[in-house]
Amino acid sequence: MPKASIKAIAYYLPEEKLTNEDLNQSFPEWSADKISNKTGIFVRKISSKAEFSSDMATKAAEKLFAEFDIDRNKIDFIILCTQSPDYFLPTTACILQHKLRIPTSAGALDFNLGCSGYVYGLSLAKGLIYANIASNVLLITAETYSKFLNEKDKSNRTLFGDAAAATLITSDVGICEIGEFVLGTDGSGAENLIVKNGGMKHLELNGVDIEIDGEFVRNDNNLYMDGGEIFKFTARAVPDLVFDILAKTNNTINDIDLFVFHQANEFMLNFIRKKIKIPEEKFYIFLKSCGNTVSSTIPIALSEAIIEGRIESGNQVLLSGFGVGYSWGSTILKF
Amino acid sequence: MELEKFIENFAGQFEDVEVGNIHADVEYKTLDTWDSLTAMSVQVMIEDEYKVDITSQDFKSTVTVLDLFELIKSKAF
Repeated sequence: MPKASIKAIAYYLPEEKLTNEDLNQSFPEWSADKISNKTGIFVRKISSKAEFSSDMATKAAEKLFAEFDIDRNKIDFIILCTQSPDYFLPTTACILQHKLRIPTSAGALDFNLGCSGYVYGLSLAKGLIYANIASNVLLITAETYSKFLNEKDKSNRTLFGDAAAATLITSDVGICEIGEFVLGTDGSGAENLIVKNGGMKHLELNGVDIEIDGEFVRNDNNLYMDGGEIFKFTARAVPDLVFDILAKTNNTINDIDLFVFHQANEFMLNFIRKKIKIPEEKFYIFLKSCGNTVSSTIPIALSEAIIEGRIESGNQVLLSGFGVGYSWGSTILKF
Repeated sequence: MELEKFIENFAGQFEDVEVGNIHADVEYKTLDTWDSLTAMSVQVMIEDEYKVDITSQDFKSTVTVLDLFELIKSKAF
């Protein structure tokens, strides 16, 4: 029986910072304390004007190679999860092959998912390994959502930060084996989290700021999120997702040592945690220094949990990603 | 549908510091920790526990926790 394991994880955060104090200066009614109390976020990192997904992805991968002494010549597949690619075409993963000097014999592709992307990426990597198509898959998640945001959009600017994370998945020995998956999709929620303009359907960037009672609501050139609808979707889909993966693997909540969910914001995470009845000490939260980094939140949190010593050999860690699409997925890692 | 249980469920959506301040006659929108996020979790709790859809208009038209309880009761039956 083949095995697919995570060998190592590294991540990169851009230099530029957006603090709660900065937000408070732009939005005086938004106090710094209130922001951190509700969201768990103190600072987000923002890509510079000349820094794009390929640049951040390269930095995350180079960090992975250096910190874990990984031979880039052994990588035979690159998967990049991004919704903010450098171009429509070529595929950013192809650009990464060149930038990272990975052998030209490697396969490479991008896939477009948001907050569920890391779990999907692990499922694709595991599939490639089990089918004997690849043995060392470099999975990178990279997003520059900040470039989609309207300057007046208080809510989204509070939540989202830019980041990239690189994970090596191997058929060889790693730190944890990738277990079973439960995935799901509901495209009926597509309009609730969307960047409408700029794609083929609405190519022209002709959006205008729409305000109600002097408060910014949306601009179709920018990222739009209906917070209430996303909250409701999450409150419904995520508990079922967790119970489904537990049932599929004959586990109960007690059998899981740590839960690492997509780090949307602390308020929502705590709401879901209470709903599922996960003990607080088994529920990992890491938002304070980077915010919601979309598909990178899970690898960043997982990497921090490992560094902090929260995961021991023999532990089972449950991952859950959920969001834009709607799309969701869960898996269990065995350390 | 019991008022006592509703107050407990309602209070469960607030930060711990606030829970002691919540009773039937409290004007819930004047509470320090009431905001749009708390409203969302109250909305989801009411849908889960009482199978009733409430809207932002329902929050506007009610003042006390008891008002909200009565409104849900009227919608539920």
